Amino acid sequence: MLKFHGRRLAVCSAVLAAALALAACGSKTGETGSTGGVTADTSGDTVKVGLLNSLSGTMAISEVTVRDSIKLAIEEINAAGGVLGKKLEPISEDGASDWPTFAEKAKKLIKEDRVAAVFGCWTSASRKAVKPVFEENKALLFYPVQYEGLEQSPYIFYTGATTNQQIVPGLDYLKAQGKKSVYLVGSDYVFPRTANKIIKAYAAANGMTVLGEDYAPLGSTEFGTIVNKVKAAKADAVFNTLNGDSNVAFFKEYKSAGLTAAAMPVVSVSIAEEEVKSIGTQYLAGQLTAWNYYQTTSGAANDKFVKAYKAKYGADKPTSDPMEAAYVSVYLWKAMVEKAQSFDVEKVKAASDGITFEAPEGTVTVDGATQHIAKTARIGKIGDDGLITEVWNSGSPVKPDPYLKGYPWAAGLS
Amino acid sequence: MTVILGQLFTGVSIGAVLLLIALGLSLTFGQMNVINMAHGEFIMAGAYTAYVLQQVLTDAGMSLLVALPVAFVVAGLLGVLLEVLLIRRLYLRPLDTLLVTWGVSLILQQLARDVFGAPNVQTRAPDLLTGSTTLLRTADGDVSIANSRLFILALAVLAVLALTAVLKWTPLGRRIRAVVQNRDLAAVSGIANGRVDRLTFFIGSGLAGVAGVALTLLGPIGPTMGTNIIIDAFLVVVVGGIGQIKGSVIVAFVLGMLQSTVEYLTTLSVAKVIVFVAIVAFLQWRPQGMFTLRTRSLA
Repeated sequence: MLKFHGRRLAVCSAVLAAALALAACGSKTGETGSTGGVTADTSGDTVKVGLLNSLSGTMAISEVTVRDSIKLAIEEINAAGGVLGKKLEPISEDGASDWPTFAEKAKKLIKEDRVAAVFGCWTSASRKAVKPVFEENKALLFYPVQYEGLEQSPYIFYTGATTNQQIVPGLDYLKAQGKKSVYLVGSDYVFPRTANKIIKAYAAANGMTVLGEDYAPLGSTEFGTIVNKVKAAKADAVFNTLNGDSNVAFFKEYKSAGLTAAAMPVVSVSIAEEEVKSIGTQYLAGQLTAWNYYQTTSGAANDKFVKAYKAKYGADKPTSDPMEAAYVSVYLWKAMVEKAQSFDVEKVKAASDGITFEAPEGTVTVDGATQHIAKTARIGKIGDDGLITEVWNSGSPVKPDPYLKGYPWAAGLS
Repeated sequence: MTVILGQLFTGVSIGAVLLLIALGLSLTFGQMNVINMAHGEFIMAGAYTAYVLQQVLTDAGMSLLVALPVAFVVAGLLGVLLEVLLIRRLYLRPLDTLLVTWGVSLILQQLARDVFGAPNVQTRAPDLLTGSTTLLRTADGDVSIANSRLFILALAVLAVLALTAVLKWTPLGRRIRAVVQNRDLAAVSGIANGRVDRLTFFIGSGLAGVAGVALTLLGPIGPTMGTNIIIDAFLVVVVGGIGQIKGSVIVAFVLGMLQSTVEYLTTLSVAKVIVFVAIVAFLQWRPQGMFTLRTRSLA
């Protein structure tokens, strides 16, 4: 055995730490794509569509369900005859909760598989990573998750909520409940930081105080100190923008610290039915969420969706907002293609304005100018059975306003 | 006041977690000078053992108790396998050991992904451990401690005591110490070095398995959980001083307190930076770590 001294061991440790860090980043910078668009291959009997979701890593808890519901929509559409007489052929890629991987897989779907459209991405970091890829290649992405707004790519359709359809209604609800102060907890990346900027602007204009703001790295499971800070701040409510399974550790700690939904409710914008199931209702019962859809939302379209999903994936599988938005996005794309009578990206985009669909969440309408969709905002309360029941809704679909131009307090944001 | 007490305990509990994940490493890395990059995956193996046992036994409390010894044996055997098949052949080549064990860690991660699926899984904690114990009731709030963290603290203390006892008072412990202090002389005195190495590796890796079971109480179980904690574990051992259990114990709690205090005053990211800077500064001052083992060995 070779004996070596502390300094050399320290050097070795540094080397291996660096090796680990490199491995963790797995940064693969691909070649910069050509400026011209890549046309989708629509010559055969089938048309390929891309599914880009994290099937592994910290985000898999959420994104696998989105992939499943996109597949359900594709199957339903194929069973009904496909799009323009062509069957859809899904090509699924794993983004692995790693943003450079998302960009690489997006490039692969567009250039090698020559798909007509891509459905997927969850975190804003992954969307920001693939955005230049789609813009460079003039290909279409349907992004199904609520996000922080302040974005409008010509090659992305946003079928989840923008801020004025989720976060702003969530804050309105807290204000109406008489909550005067909030504490902000989020994962450390673009969505929570931008969302919190908006929340702070709202609070300043509406007489609310923000007592503190804390971020944890994505995947972090050490929340003892953050929860202690929240507890000491004695806020009226907590606004939670944590993503992925950090929520598990946060809510376990929250309950252990003796904080309750009655005394200090947590409003979450990234916890839907699927996450509730895996975090455990014993930690979450009574807490609030802001979304546009719940499994319990009433209506014939939702009954059909929930039934079809459970029949395919199991009776114990809940449906959630991002899943619904993903499911809807496939149908919206189909309607756009049929209106354009073409799979051509520019023609599909041109046909998008005013497309409506009887979605499980109610009627949604595509706003061609922003490429977002009008959705009804809903606040829900998590029940003991793991389902979320609506406690408030906006009555009618809220027109998307990604840059919050209609809100004077948001003037300084961009 | 309640905040200070709460924070104190948070620091102690971060320290307990650090200690548990570093304890096994302080044996294999510290005593044997083997840089085992797969140590994190032994922790993962322990965590998945707890998960599998819960699926089989269904009762949360029962499966947790059974998981502790079973995970010790599972991870320990993995360690022995690694020692016999690879590490033993590379004792004179530390950098090769580093690369080979890193490869093994990647293989184990992929194995876990194939067997258990890529998404992270959870275990249910027994009801007794989901609640919290109130230490103190004051006018401006209670000071309460999560039972799961108390359990981990107790487990860490027990593990340290057991390991110390084994090293100090058993014939095996004496042999381990003899081999660590002077390998050649130990061999001359009739100690089978190879056997002692295997047993040391069994215990060190087994402790990683126990740490894995403890981590299931705090967060999710996933194929990459090992890589997220291995750096912290190496830091504790390096700063504590190679070959010194007591160094690891002290450093784990010091780092825990430092992390929680700085995080309370600033933010989590800043705290990580400051802790790293403190470690670098400390190693500049004492490159050999907090404690050093003085031997008459010539190497």
